[in-house]
Amino acid sequence: MYAFDFERPSTLAEAEKALATEDAQALGGGQTLIPTLKQRLAMPSKLVSLGAIDEIKGVRKGDDGALCVGGGATHATVAREAAADYPALAALASHIGDPAVRNRGTIGGSIANNDPAACYPAAVLGSGATVVTNKREIAADDYFTGLFETALDEGEIITEVRFPIPEKANYQKFEQPASRFALVGVFVAKYADGVRVAVTGASEGGVFRWSEAEAALSGAFSADAVAGLALSADGMMSDLHGSAAYRAHLVGVMTRRAVESAG
Amino acid sequence: MPQVSMTVNGKPASGDVEGRTLLSSFLRDTMGLTGTHVGCDTSQCGACVVHVDGEAVKACTMFALEAEGAEVATIEGQAAPDGTLNAIQAAFQEHHGLQCGFCTPGMVMSAAALLKDNPKPSEAEIRDYLEGNLCRCTGYHNIVKAIMAASGQNVGAIAAE
Repeated sequence: MYAFDFERPSTLAEAEKALATEDAQALGGGQTLIPTLKQRLAMPSKLVSLGAIDEIKGVRKGDDGALCVGGGATHATVAREAAADYPALAALASHIGDPAVRNRGTIGGSIANNDPAACYPAAVLGSGATVVTNKREIAADDYFTGLFETALDEGEIITEVRFPIPEKANYQKFEQPASRFALVGVFVAKYADGVRVAVTGASEGGVFRWSEAEAALSGAFSADAVAGLALSADGMMSDLHGSAAYRAHLVGVMTRRAVESAG
Repeated sequence: MPQVSMTVNGKPASGDVEGRTLLSSFLRDTMGLTGTHVGCDTSQCGACVVHVDGEAVKACTMFALEAEGAEVATIEGQAAPDGTLNAIQAAFQEHHGLQCGFCTPGMVMSAAALLKDNPKPSEAEIRDYLEGNLCRCTGYHNIVKAIMAASGQNVGAIAAE
């Protein structure tokens, strides 16, 4: 790792100030950033750990019934504390990485990084969640802008993610067996006003909504409704773990499984 | 150079570190607690698992400064002061839960974290929990057996593979 300064503020206000330095970088749980630093793929002047900011770590029920997850909540916290209100989200969190990774990694860190094979982006987009930062609220549809790209500005901190709770939901992940990231992951959520289907792991552009499946499932919420749909392999990722065509095929399979499991 | 202070195995520990000093480096190089092994240094193998405020973490994927004020437990603190092994360590010995022994500190610390939350885990739960702990001797079967035994369960129930 290249050398950097390190700060660990205990309030959001202090963190904002610390991040105002040029090339300062926020540090969530570090489960992606620290390996990246070790490979010298990043060279921040300063790391600002968000780990001591208690005000962004909780999980609570909002006034409008949404489940509000603090940006600094670990995957283990979400797995535990979202289980009653949003079991599909808790189940997704409980299958990220491994137990030690889940005790450090945070939802804010995951969606700020927006890895194209990460699980959380599928839940956030699939739930039509709202990403709340220290500056504004961003709708999920506007938040994920591409591969490792988001709508966040420099120094902007994710304080909370607000998930409207669906009638039914499920996440199905076909794991890349070595990394446990999603080779393809599909999050399906049924709301009173329609169904959302978000796909991670598959596209070169990162997480996306499969609109044909959403339309079909909004008509009839059953695996049969999407049985005839095929996704084009254009723009799908291709690597030694799976070709573009294989990933496109898996999206259909995982979508059907998610609908069946959503119950 | 910043200073970090924490509690390690119940005793105060402090030292000068850089921002980039990993918790694993602080424990091994500053504290001389070399029981925390660094196998891969890429967060995959789990040989460096320690507990920070009661939770299992990979010490190679956390900065020492992030542990400021924390209670850290390492493999060195698991046995009694007179050297008597704790139940998990004794079960690993009894059931031959180690071959070369390199992964063992992480395995024992992960097992301790599991049993704290789930005192009677099933075989499947144990295997699932050890997802992030790799044994290159492939000694998983006896490791699972040892954890079953440490939780007071019948090890005869584990299917031979």
